[in-house]
Amino acid sequence: MEKSLSNSLKFILTLALIVVIGFLLFLANKRASEYVILILNLMAINMIFAVSLTLINGITGIFSLGHAGFIAIGAYVSTLLTLPVAQKEMTFLIKPLIYPFNQIQMPFLPATLIAGLVAAGFGYVVAAPSLRLIGDYLAIATLGLGETIRIIANNAWSITNGALGLKAIPPYTNIYWSWGWAFVTVLVIASLVKSSYGRALKAIREDPIAAKAMGINVFSHQVVSFVLGSFFAGVGGALWAHLITTIDPKSFAFSKTFEILIMAVLGGLGSISGAIIGASIYTVGLEFLRVLESPFKIWFINFPGIPGMRMVVLSIMLIVLMLFWQRGIMGRDELTWDLIYKLFTKSARRRGVVDE
Amino acid sequence: MNTQTMLKIEDLHVHYGSIHALKGISIEVETGQIVTLIGANGAGKTTTLQAITNLVRKSGGKVLFNGTDITHMATHHIINNGIALVPEGRRIFPNLTVHENLMMGAYARKDVEGIKKDLDWVLTLFPRLRERLKQLGGTLSGGEQQMLAVARGLMTRPKLLMLDEPSLGLAPLLVREVFQIIQKIREEGVTILLIEQNALAALKIADYGYVLETGRIVMQDTGQNLLKSDDVRKAYLGVAIT
Repeated sequence: MEKSLSNSLKFILTLALIVVIGFLLFLANKRASEYVILILNLMAINMIFAVSLTLINGITGIFSLGHAGFIAIGAYVSTLLTLPVAQKEMTFLIKPLIYPFNQIQMPFLPATLIAGLVAAGFGYVVAAPSLRLIGDYLAIATLGLGETIRIIANNAWSITNGALGLKAIPPYTNIYWSWGWAFVTVLVIASLVKSSYGRALKAIREDPIAAKAMGINVFSHQVVSFVLGSFFAGVGGALWAHLITTIDPKSFAFSKTFEILIMAVLGGLGSISGAIIGASIYTVGLEFLRVLESPFKIWFINFPGIPGMRMVVLSIMLIVLMLFWQRGIMGRDELTWDLIYKLFTKSARRRGVVDE
Repeated sequence: MNTQTMLKIEDLHVHYGSIHALKGISIEVETGQIVTLIGANGAGKTTTLQAITNLVRKSGGKVLFNGTDITHMATHHIINNGIALVPEGRRIFPNLTVHENLMMGAYARKDVEGIKKDLDWVLTLFPRLRERLKQLGGTLSGGEQQMLAVARGLMTRPKLLMLDEPSLGLAPLLVREVFQIIQKIREEGVTILLIEQNALAALKIADYGYVLETGRIVMQDTGQNLLKSDDVRKAYLGVAIT
């Protein structure tokens, strides 16, 4: 600890970083191509997903595999609230939409908030029974939960339009919405984790019995963490739906949960900054690897474009990464100014590792 | 001696499936005393502590703490009522720092000043922890982890401290140190229920002792008398009777 920065300096640096990021986003919004803006939006939404999953899985140690279900709830609820009434009539061909939804149309912000709240409420309802399970059993239960939501969406024609999905969703999501919500997500979850409440969540992750012996109400803490994670998953789902502008149950299959889990594990399960880094690398990396799917040439050998090739390469890269960097990029550490400062001072380099 | 009863356990039963682990035990802990519960592996010592704090379900019996019925109280309420449990095998939080581990002990407390004072107190009791405050709990040695576990228990500011095998896996020299500290803690006014396999060390410092055998209390007396008892000497102290 001999080398650390003063709190006010750290605050100024953080503020400066936020301003710089904000300015870059502003610039991108003005100048960049639609494609780049889409990727930037996806990046922010993936951050929301990864950070909320990190709160549940990494910080509290609830191994949940049902994240896609909450994203689906957020996406469907917000869409049903923002879709114009006329569009709803056109979309719901097989069975008409049930009463309250077929009359409502509201702006994006309240729709997003309601989407988050519904997802959180659903999280609360399912948390109570499933949190009685531990470890693998909890993982299986939440996995089943996510699939259940998808199958309900597939069959509840009068609410979700079944397998046909919803289309022509107003494209409300822009850089400011997605990055604004990403900022809120990180701010809320990071300050929770930094508080003594967050320390209790970590204690539960490490040893639930010992946490109980400390007088921590383990169950209620887990529920709070699960519900908060579900809320942001729902908000992310709402943003995602209004970015892609068409949703159907297949978009929320199990692979969606895995995608988010990959981001979180890649960055280091248990680290919020890790989740942000993981989500960024995953989103941007996947785009850069698109090169592999178009024909390319190394020296004199011509490679034809193979669709899906980037997933193969990405998988191999992930396997290699996990072999050598088993706890992800950040492990359980957070990327703090102190850490960066240490990395740049010689003493840290000589020691080779960054200790507390 | 003060004869007020702090903890009173009446006819406590615990079942693990079809196994009847505790077959109706009754224990009393008087305020200010060190009471020890000794017995071999599988006698039900740990189960007793877990049943008191409701970490395992009781199938019968009653637990009174300072006159309040805590039989069916949730674990965290029991702890916040003034019972601290230092669980078997230390169970410290390996990825939290020593300081964070200690502060977890004070999690439910709101008195910032009191917490500060108690932190100072436990760091005086365990000076080695003071040097390691910023270190992760998992990087401590076994003995230091045990001290951290006890210190963390004390941070809840308990009226009753329940220790589950604090000597487990420690070198003899460290065992002596731990038992000296237990006596010191008692002098500060904390009542102690000590569970031990190391019967000799436990009985030496205990005011009163219970001997547990396959879920039943088979003997109870003052620590000194139990130390002299032939049965205890034969079964637990490995002394040949001449």
